[in-house]
Amino acid sequence: MSGSDSTVRVPLHEVAHGRTGDKGNRVNISVIPYHEDAWPLLLAQLTPERVKAWFAAKGAGTVVRYELPNLPAMNFVIDDVLQGGVNGALNLDGHGKSLAFHLLSIPVEVPARLALHPDKTVG
Amino acid sequence: MTATTVHIGCGAGFAGDRWDAAVPVVATLARRSGPRYLMYETLAERTLALAQQARIENPAAGYSPYLERILRPVLKTVKAAGIRVVSNFGAANPIGGARKILEMAREDGIAGLKVAVVEGDDLTAVMTEGDIRGHAPVEGIAMPDGRMVAANVYLGAKPIADALALGADVVVVGRCADPALALGPLLHEFGWSLDDLDRVAAGTMAGHLLECGAQVTGGYFADPGYKDVPDFGHVGFPVAEISADGTVVIGKADGTGGLVSHRTVKEQLLYEMHDPSAYLTPDVTLDISGVKVEEIGPDRVRITGARGKPRPPTLKATVSFEGGWLGEGEITYAGPNARRRAELAIEVLRTRVRDLGTNWPLRFDLIGTVATFDGDGGDLRAGRDWPDDGEYRVRMATQGGDKQMAQWIADEVLSLYCSGPAGGAGVRHRIAPQVTTASILVNRGRVSAGARLVEEDRA
Repeated sequence: MSGSDSTVRVPLHEVAHGRTGDKGNRVNISVIPYHEDAWPLLLAQLTPERVKAWFAAKGAGTVVRYELPNLPAMNFVIDDVLQGGVNGALNLDGHGKSLAFHLLSIPVEVPARLALHPDKTVG
Repeated sequence: MTATTVHIGCGAGFAGDRWDAAVPVVATLARRSGPRYLMYETLAERTLALAQQARIENPAAGYSPYLERILRPVLKTVKAAGIRVVSNFGAANPIGGARKILEMAREDGIAGLKVAVVEGDDLTAVMTEGDIRGHAPVEGIAMPDGRMVAANVYLGAKPIADALALGADVVVVGRCADPALALGPLLHEFGWSLDDLDRVAAGTMAGHLLECGAQVTGGYFADPGYKDVPDFGHVGFPVAEISADGTVVIGKADGTGGLVSHRTVKEQLLYEMHDPSAYLTPDVTLDISGVKVEEIGPDRVRITGARGKPRPPTLKATVSFEGGWLGEGEITYAGPNARRRAELAIEVLRTRVRDLGTNWPLRFDLIGTVATFDGDGGDLRAGRDWPDDGEYRVRMATQGGDKQMAQWIADEVLSLYCSGPAGGAGVRHRIAPQVTTASILVNRGRVSAGARLVEEDRA
């Protein structure tokens, strides 16, 4: 068992929730931590560069991160990831509606007390 | 006397939304007092292009095909209770939609229903195709070569408020900014000036939270064990209370399932938002970066602190084009060695389509791996090992201008039944006409929007 302050490496899904929206060939994905204490850790780990690399298979272009510390939440805007947009894409999810859950699969390292299920560690 | 609180419920968040969602919303509004409104948002980017094509085939059509199904169950009650309806279900033919509503009222014995339309969103009425094509597209999608089907500008809240000032019980709009469906009633009831930027911003934020229906009350949110939503099968649609000072409280219809929490509100607040300090609408540039979200009771969340900056100088328009044909086919392989049989099916399809002599783009998915998250190149799937045994569904997709070729390519999936790997099952294949859309920015001076009451066409 992990102690309450030992660090665990878990999918972001254990630490935060989020939602995708789309407009044209651009999606936004919100990331909202379950615990406010996770906010600075997510800011440090979820850099635009890392998020862009996470979506490389989709051909992600520019990634911009907007910060809303008062909620707290962050909002990623990712270009070109729809590979043509809802009307031009060949993929099943032309809107990118599922993509928040792709981002929620990215591993993050947090104290065990900030993870909903700290036993769900990832490699 | 100016109102202190306006109640706005939402009965639909997109064209395919639940047909009966408005019923408990209207029942809830009917028990309240003061100005009460029901909005329906039914018009996505491509929905309007489909409606325009329907109107070309039948001049009386072109309004939302769902109009009757979503409005009829509540029309008698809204008229009796004094609840006014605002919706973009006019789509490509607001007048046709208004006449349909008047016909429904007559059939259902509803006397004295006043129906208004908002007009002016159709750019093709005031600009040539060459003029429209001369505008540089925004949002990263180039203007395609295909036949232009529709071009509509996003109108703001002012003509909706004008329609209400005419005494309309139902306001039928075509293309408008979705939040304007709520802001229009607020301008009308509170007498807010469009120069009162923070209040206009608050009304826009209220509309933004309402416009997707259940997406603020537990829909598109539920995630078992993480974000549980009670009685989710009966998720209630939102009812907001907006005060004259711009305070917004989101609640939901009485006696329904669902959830309004700070989390449901935060997810919807950021939905389809890019820069949170500059959400562009025809009426205001909304800044939500400083908002405060507070749970003030069961299923009641208060949102304050929206700020407004001057509206953009231009209006956004969506231009739609015929986009050729999508061809798709799927087939399942299950049991021992299913993955290798599925991969063999993909290899066979590649060979067969190449033999057709086309260079159309092809995408292959192996559903059951990472198909949804993968790019057209399949890099994510290739980067991992997948079990040989299990259940895999092959999907092939292509797109091009020729309907016959789209059908021939899709048919190759069907042929796998007898000529493909062992045990192929459950083929579904189809072709579908595509609409591509692009966005442009138009000078406000080119657009003149207005409202008028409509009489039933008994001819």
